[in-house]
Amino acid sequence: MTLELAADQGVSVAERSVEDSPLAIRGLTVSYGQKPAVFSVDMTVQPGAMTAIIGPNGAGKSTLLKAALGIVSPLSGQVTVYGKPLADQRARIAYVPQRASVDWDFPTRVIDVVLMGLSRQLGLLGRVRARHMASAMDCLRRVGMRDFADRQIGQLSGGQQQRVFLARALAQDADLYLLDEPFAGVDAATEKAIIEVLKSLREGGKTVVVVHHDLATVTDYFDHVFLINTRKVVEGPVAQAFTAETLQSAYGGRLATAQIDQISRALG
Amino acid sequence: MLWDALTLQLGYNATLVAVGATLLGVSAGVTGTFLFLRKRALVSDAISHATLPGVCLAFMVLVAFGGDGRNLIGLLAGSAISAWIGLLCMNWLTRRTRLAEDAAIGAILSVFFGFGIVLLTVIQTMGVGRQAGLEGFLLGSTAGMLWADALIIAIGGAATLVLVMIIRRPMTMVAFDPEYAAARGLPVHRIDLAMMGLVMAVTVVGLKIVGLILIVALLIIPPVTARFWTDRSDRVVLLAGLAGGLAGYLGAALSASAPNLPTGPIIVLVSFAFFALSLLLAPVRGVLAAVLQHLKFQRRVHIRQGLLALAQDQKIYEPLTLRLLKRAGLARADGVATEAGKARAAKALRDEKRWEVVRADQAHEATAALYDGLRDIETVLTQDQITEIDRLIGGPQGVPS
Repeated sequence: MTLELAADQGVSVAERSVEDSPLAIRGLTVSYGQKPAVFSVDMTVQPGAMTAIIGPNGAGKSTLLKAALGIVSPLSGQVTVYGKPLADQRARIAYVPQRASVDWDFPTRVIDVVLMGLSRQLGLLGRVRARHMASAMDCLRRVGMRDFADRQIGQLSGGQQQRVFLARALAQDADLYLLDEPFAGVDAATEKAIIEVLKSLREGGKTVVVVHHDLATVTDYFDHVFLINTRKVVEGPVAQAFTAETLQSAYGGRLATAQIDQISRALG
Repeated sequence: MLWDALTLQLGYNATLVAVGATLLGVSAGVTGTFLFLRKRALVSDAISHATLPGVCLAFMVLVAFGGDGRNLIGLLAGSAISAWIGLLCMNWLTRRTRLAEDAAIGAILSVFFGFGIVLLTVIQTMGVGRQAGLEGFLLGSTAGMLWADALIIAIGGAATLVLVMIIRRPMTMVAFDPEYAAARGLPVHRIDLAMMGLVMAVTVVGLKIVGLILIVALLIIPPVTARFWTDRSDRVVLLAGLAGGLAGYLGAALSASAPNLPTGPIIVLVSFAFFALSLLLAPVRGVLAAVLQHLKFQRRVHIRQGLLALAQDQKIYEPLTLRLLKRAGLARADGVATEAGKARAAKALRDEKRWEVVRADQAHEATAALYDGLRDIETVLTQDQITEIDRLIGGPQGVPS
C-alpha cells in the first residue's frame, strides 16, 4: 500500500504496481469541447480493495470512469486492465452506470435486465436456459430483489432500480466492478443492501471502484480513496489520503469547515 | 368483393400485392420496433426521403445505357445507395457537429427530397416517353406489379427479418442502455448503423407498395401499437410484426375490393385503426383504462377523506364526497354517519394514528414508503405489529383492525 501525493509522486512506485493493478490509468485527459473534464490523470487501483473516487461536482469523477471503460474517448492517455489493454479484458469488468442514464419506461422486466449481464454466455442466438435463469435469479437474491423478477422496471423505486443494475453487473461474474454513484438518491435499505454486496465481493477477492459523493460514509465503506478535481489530488489508503488537508485541496472553498471538522473527528 | 379479396380470390395481381404487403408489414413492424425503442423513429423518415434521388439517377443511368428504365432491381439499388449516403451524412452531422439529431433529420430529409424532385422534373422533360411511373415511388403503385417485383419484395423482406432476429439482442441492449453496452465492448455505433441499414432495406423494399412518403408509418405505427399491450420488448417485437402484417394484408385486400383505391395509403389507415383501438382500449396503458383508474382512485380518496371527517365530527362540504358516502351506506343524506359509517370512520382515524407511528419509526422504513393516505394498515403489517403499535398509541382498545 503506497501513498502517493500528486506533489511528490514517486514514478517508480507507480510503475511497479501497474502490472498487477486491476485498473491502471496513465496521463488520461478527456475534454468535452475546449475545457478538459479530466486532465492528465494517473490512477492505480489496488487489487482486492474498495476504492472511492471523490471530488466536487463537475470534477470529472464519472468522466474518469467512462474514459477508463472506453465509453468516452480520451484525448490522450493509456488504460490497462490487469496489465493488458482494455479491449482484451472486457469480460473481467462489470459497470454499473448512473441510474438516471436510462429510460425506465423501457418495455422490459427486471429479470430481462439482469439477463443482459449474461449476454456473453447467451451469445447472439442462444436460448435462455434454466441455468441462465437460475444464475440471474441468484443475482437478484443477492441484492434482495428476487420477488421483483417479473415486474416492469418502471414500477420500481429508485433504490430498487439501482439494485437491479447491481444485479446485472453481478451476473457478469467479473473481477473488477466499477460503479457510478450507486448511493445517489437511494433509500437507507438499498444503501445497506448495496454495501453488503460490495463488501462480499471484496471478500471474494474482487476489486471495487465507486464514484462516491457522501463524505460522511467514506471511512466506513472504503479502503482507498482517489481524490480528483479535474487533476488528481491524491490517491491512497483512507487513513492517509482522506484527511482535512487533502479534502481542502480537492474541494477548495466549497467544503464547509464544519464538514471538515466532522471528518477529522471521524478519522480521530 | 371484400370477402373475395380477403381470401385472395381477386385475381393474380391482387394476390401478389396482398402477399407482398403482408410480408412487408411484418418486416417493417419488426424492424421499426428497434428504431422505436432507440427513440430514433424519425430517422426512418429521413432515410425514406433520401431514396428519391437514387431512384431518379438509377433511371437516368439505366436509360443512358440503353436499358429498361423500369428495371426494379436497378431502381431499388439506386435508392439504397442514395439512402445510405443520406444516412451517413446524418450520422456525421449528429456525431461530429453540434447539430442535434432533429435538425440533422430535417436538413437531410428536405435536401435529398428536393434534389429528387428536381431530378424527377428533369426526367419528365428528357423525352424518354413515359416516366416509367417513377412518381409511383412517392406513394406506391401496385397496379402493374409483376411476379418478379413480388419476389423481390418477399426475398428482401424475409432477409431483413432474419438479420433483425440475429442481432436483436445487441440492438435491444443498445436501445435500453447504450453506455452499459459500450462498457461491455459492444460496437454501439456499428450496431446503430446496422439497425439503420435494416430500416433502409425495409424502406427500399417497400417503395413499390407504400412509397417513400408513407413507409415511415409502417415502421413506426405497429411498434407504438404493440407497446400498448405489453411491457416486454420481445413481445413488442412479436406484436408489432403481427400488427404490421395484418395491416398489410387487410389494407391490400380492402384496396383491391373497390376500383381506384390506393394500396399504400389504405394500409397506413388500417394500421392507424389498430393504433387508435389500442390507444383507447389497451389495459393499463390505454386512455380508457387511465380514466377509469383515475376515477376509481378519486372515489377512494373522497371516501377516505369523508370517513376521516365523520370520525372527527367535521362537516362535509364536498357534494361528491357526500354522494359517495351515501351510496356506500356510510352516511345519511344530511351528512350524519350511519352505524356502518361510524365503525369505518373510527377505523380510518385509528389507521391514520397507526400510520403516524409507522412513519416516525426508522425500523418501519420499508413499510412507511407504502403510505398513500388510503391503504388499510393490515395490508402491510401483521396483526402482532398492529397490536404493538396500538400499545404505543394507547387510547380506546378493541377497535376493529
